[in-house]
Amino acid sequence: MIHVFAFYLFASIVVASGAMTILARNPVHSVLWLILAFFNAAGLMLLLGAEFIAMLLILVYVGAVAVLFLFVVMMLNIDFARLRAGFARYLPFGLLIAAVLLAEIVLAIGVWSFGDLGPDTRMATIDPDVPNIEAIGRALYDRYLLVFEGAGIVLLVAMVGAIVLTQRERAGVRPQNIGKQIRRRPEDATRNTQPEVGEGVEL
Amino acid sequence: MTAFFQSLGMSYEWAWFVATISAILLIALPLLLAVAMIIYADRKILAAIMLRRGPNVVGPFGLLQSFADGLKVFLKETIIPTSANRGLFLIAPIVTFTVALIAWAVIPFGPNMALADINVALLYILAISSLGVYGVIISGWASNSKYPFYSALRAAAQMVSYEVSIGFVLLSVVMFAGTFSLSGIIEAQQGHVFGVLNGFGFNPLLFPMAVIFLISAMAETARTPFDLTEAESELVAGYQTEYSSMSFALFWLGEYANILLMCALNAILFWGGWLPPIDWAPLYDFLFTPEITGMFWLFLKILLGFFIFSWAWATLPRYRYDQLMRLGWKVFLPISLIWVVLVSGYLMLTRHGGLL
Repeated sequence: MIHVFAFYLFASIVVASGAMTILARNPVHSVLWLILAFFNAAGLMLLLGAEFIAMLLILVYVGAVAVLFLFVVMMLNIDFARLRAGFARYLPFGLLIAAVLLAEIVLAIGVWSFGDLGPDTRMATIDPDVPNIEAIGRALYDRYLLVFEGAGIVLLVAMVGAIVLTQRERAGVRPQNIGKQIRRRPEDATRNTQPEVGEGVEL
Repeated sequence: MTAFFQSLGMSYEWAWFVATISAILLIALPLLLAVAMIIYADRKILAAIMLRRGPNVVGPFGLLQSFADGLKVFLKETIIPTSANRGLFLIAPIVTFTVALIAWAVIPFGPNMALADINVALLYILAISSLGVYGVIISGWASNSKYPFYSALRAAAQMVSYEVSIGFVLLSVVMFAGTFSLSGIIEAQQGHVFGVLNGFGFNPLLFPMAVIFLISAMAETARTPFDLTEAESELVAGYQTEYSSMSFALFWLGEYANILLMCALNAILFWGGWLPPIDWAPLYDFLFTPEITGMFWLFLKILLGFFIFSWAWATLPRYRYDQLMRLGWKVFLPISLIWVVLVSGYLMLTRHGGLL
């Protein structure tokens, strides 16, 4: 009973907040609705028994990606009038994408319910006694090790590339050199003098 | 506890429901009391280090000071600025407070004494603590005011930065323990060093990680020396500037509940949680039952951790923003990354049979 209640709670909030994401007038509200949708999607995954994926969804999307997203959206000064002006222009394109997505969903559900893609006919069936994390770990680090490491290297290269592209040496800035500051001793920086009265000081 | 309610004649589902609700209350209400007392302790420690007296008027030794403060903010008027985003302005403190409380669901207080002893407990805590930043960001944005907004931007960058190094620290602990479950991690620490000392922190390979975790925890909870989000000399009071009354109190309670949570995590991950520091049988149940003794050890470790937090507050000046970012990205991230490689290499060598 609690399962069913939780499912309908999470599912209805996911759908409602997904709708609010596109309907909200304020982009910051949109992002917040999106975060609520992520959160409840994680709840649905928990109900499916995929606790590792659920935690990663919150950790990666809600904890990091959406924070940066919110950060950017808050900083932008968005002109709503100009934003709506493009609505008619992008409408056909948007409808096309929506139709493609709908067709894909229908196809996927059709294959799922008529074909032999059920959970028990997959190549690597999951042993119910093995915890989620272990099952995923075995798949990633055993069976698909090479592909997984390749994906890791692609991400690393992308990260290095992003840093190289944005890094620039600016002339005229004096960055803090902490090692140099710590090495500095009072003897190097100060001196004691006994100036005569009326002579002034030598700087 | 479910079995107890079932013995009262309830069906399993109802017994589970009632047992869970009462366990939640059993954790949340003492936690709020602990937060009130820890605020008092914080002020007293601070006063002692600064050679002041601290709160000493309300009740014996000023013990009731936090409750007097609570009563005061409760009776004040909730002010909502006219240009604020009303809904979000009120939701933000609730988010901070809720997030600070729900993380306690997986903390094991003693042997078999966690509300939910799930096998991804550490990931759950990491996920929940990454949600904490939303309260600050939303409050900063919804206040529609300059200083809270600056504070929100600082908080977002700061928490995302330090979460990275915390993640790597947790990873090296998880590799040693071989599990994400908090009670599993605690059990793995029994007799960890020479079969005598309980705690990963006594292991020279993991001690530097414990130090990095402690400092990152201070940054994650925006505690001095990393309290740039509410730096009063620059930002009035940061994201709390426009808040008053209960909404302000919720921020405060949430902040201290978060600090306690970080101290509890420090105790559980590195200093053995509810295990006594030395693996010697009489230390496991010298107070009535093993459960109560376990709680005694855990609370002792949490309080010691909190004392270090207070000590750092009283002693250290605030970091500048670029220094904060340098420490997170250029010092902690490389060290913890190298340490993950070191720890996994050591474990391959000793536990999993050779490097190849």
